[in-house]
Amino acid sequence: MSIWEYANPRKFLRTSERVMPVLWVSSGLLMAVGLIWGFFFTPDDYRQGSTVKIIFLHVPAALMAINAWFMMLVASLIWVIRRHHVSALAAKAAAPVGIVMTLIALATGAIWGQPMWGTWWAWDPRLTSFLVLFLFYLGYIALWEAIDNPDTAADLTSILCLVGTVFAVLSRYAVNFWNQGLHQGASLSLDEKENVADAFSNPLYICMVGFVLFFIAMVFYRTGTEIRARRIKALLARARQEA
Amino acid sequence: MSLNVSDLKVSRGGLPVLEGISFSLPAGRALILRGPNGIGKTTLLRCIAGLQPPLAGVIAGGDEQIAYAAHSDGLKPALTVAENLAFWASVFGAASIEPALEAYNLTQLRDRPAGALSAGQKRRLGLSRMLVTGRAIWVMDEPTVSLDRDSVALFADAVRGHLATGGAALIATHIDLGLDADVLDVGPYKAKPLALDDFDGGFL
Amino acid sequence: MIALLMRDLRLAVRAGGGFGLGLAFFLIVTVMVPFSVGPESDLLSRIAPGVLWLGALLSCLLSLDRLLALDWEDGSLDLLATAPLPLEAVVSVKALAHWITTGLPLVLAAPLLGVLLNLPVEGFKWVVISLLLGTPALSVIGTFGAALTVGLKRGGLLLSLLVMPLYVPTLIFGAEAARRGALGMGVETPLLMLAGISAAVIALMPFASAAVLRINLR
Repeated sequence: MSIWEYANPRKFLRTSERVMPVLWVSSGLLMAVGLIWGFFFTPDDYRQGSTVKIIFLHVPAALMAINAWFMMLVASLIWVIRRHHVSALAAKAAAPVGIVMTLIALATGAIWGQPMWGTWWAWDPRLTSFLVLFLFYLGYIALWEAIDNPDTAADLTSILCLVGTVFAVLSRYAVNFWNQGLHQGASLSLDEKENVADAFSNPLYICMVGFVLFFIAMVFYRTGTEIRARRIKALLARARQEA
Repeated sequence: MSLNVSDLKVSRGGLPVLEGISFSLPAGRALILRGPNGIGKTTLLRCIAGLQPPLAGVIAGGDEQIAYAAHSDGLKPALTVAENLAFWASVFGAASIEPALEAYNLTQLRDRPAGALSAGQKRRLGLSRMLVTGRAIWVMDEPTVSLDRDSVALFADAVRGHLATGGAALIATHIDLGLDADVLDVGPYKAKPLALDDFDGGFL
Repeated sequence: MIALLMRDLRLAVRAGGGFGLGLAFFLIVTVMVPFSVGPESDLLSRIAPGVLWLGALLSCLLSLDRLLALDWEDGSLDLLATAPLPLEAVVSVKALAHWITTGLPLVLAAPLLGVLLNLPVEGFKWVVISLLLGTPALSVIGTFGAALTVGLKRGGLLLSLLVMPLYVPTLIFGAEAARRGALGMGVETPLLMLAGISAAVIALMPFASAAVLRINLR
């Protein structure tokens, strides 16, 4: 029994279909509990008022925006090294979810920033980094769409993902250097002083777990779709070849 | 020096096209590939030339020995005949381009820009590149396209000369070149579609 | 390798376009800037280093889609891939040729265009130095983008979309060095970072470009 068994598309489909209902339900529940708790049962912040509650959308979305790219990086590496098709398709499936998470993080950030900083957008390092991340997602998705041969597309996009990761990290440092920023420090970190107040952290954790499960469910679902689309394409090509 | 291909399986666009191809090409011999259009001759040649990996099988003896001539000649229209050829000569480390120019009757055209050549003349220039590569195994894809009868004879002479000096040639063509060559019809090696419940198969 | 470089340079000179177009585009972008932001000389002199950097970057980008596409169309790439030259060397030489025909003229033209934008006197030196250090990185990164999109029919727009995000660090450090130089501030940190990026991409990027090209040639 090894994890590579799931490199078989059929095995992957069978298993993911069994797991998915659990993931959907639990992620839905956690997100509902976390958001309702967060929105209605936490105190207003003494400085930020009730606007602070957008944190329950903003932080988990930002977390998933980065982790989705990280997951794509790992999946791309697996494809490059072991050439498991499911892995390449999982990377492809994760990209649109990641870009939506990036957009949510950017949009909620703008909505939050308006009352707090008095501006919808500032060229703050964190905001700028997310914008650059958004561009990377855009290029990655566009490259997948542009190439007909699925294996070539998987190869090229995984190399783009690897190279892109290096440049994304570089951009992060460059942007930090370029503008010192307005954004508050990390919402949750090991450094206690920086953390958000306890009243907020519990629903925030719940939301984050909910978003993670939601992401996994989405990726399973979309990978399944990609596998089937790929199978249809292969069957059509095969029919053409036989004709 | 001999090129040995065993049980080769090649794919185009992710689909296997030919399988079970085996042959041996010793020094001094030529092998003509035949088969209907679209069967995968070009794919097979590209695979042997090292441009794409085979799905299965082994190609032995070809490392750094193969000169490949594709459908297109890789000529730069802005450069003259001599400049085009001299470029490939220096890439492959050949001393002189004169023998190659002479073999294909291009000496008169040497200062003409390649863009001003006729299709047949371009082809001759493309083929003359094989002579400056100094490599033993020529892998050629439909080399006689747009050549007239005299030029085909020039080409056949060049191949004969190459074989006489211990070279070998693998040529996909439908024209009878008058060479003493073996013929391999790849038609029967058409790949059978994969079984639908094959493992890798999830996709096929 | 030298043969390939000489061939590419000769082609750029003979077929036209190589030297001329990128430079003309740089000029036009720079001329358009005062039309769009107004002729106020204070403003122009403040944004001049950034505008010159952006103009150089765009001119670089403009010529990228011809970098490998021509060799792809006429079959030269197939033949080069089977030649004794490693593909890593081929893409490096291609990038070098692109830099000589596009990047270097941009560096040389930048001071002249700086005059048009009322660039402060101290700025000239640093604009030229930062461009000199940064444009090789633009060419090398651009070659990677060109290799990614070489097989595509209309790869031009996609090429820009893919390459632009990769240009972000180079642009930030390059333009920052030029800006600080123009303001008479210390330029050491951004210049060193810029040089570091250039050195790293020149050393490493050809491997990625060659890998991508091999995949596209299959």
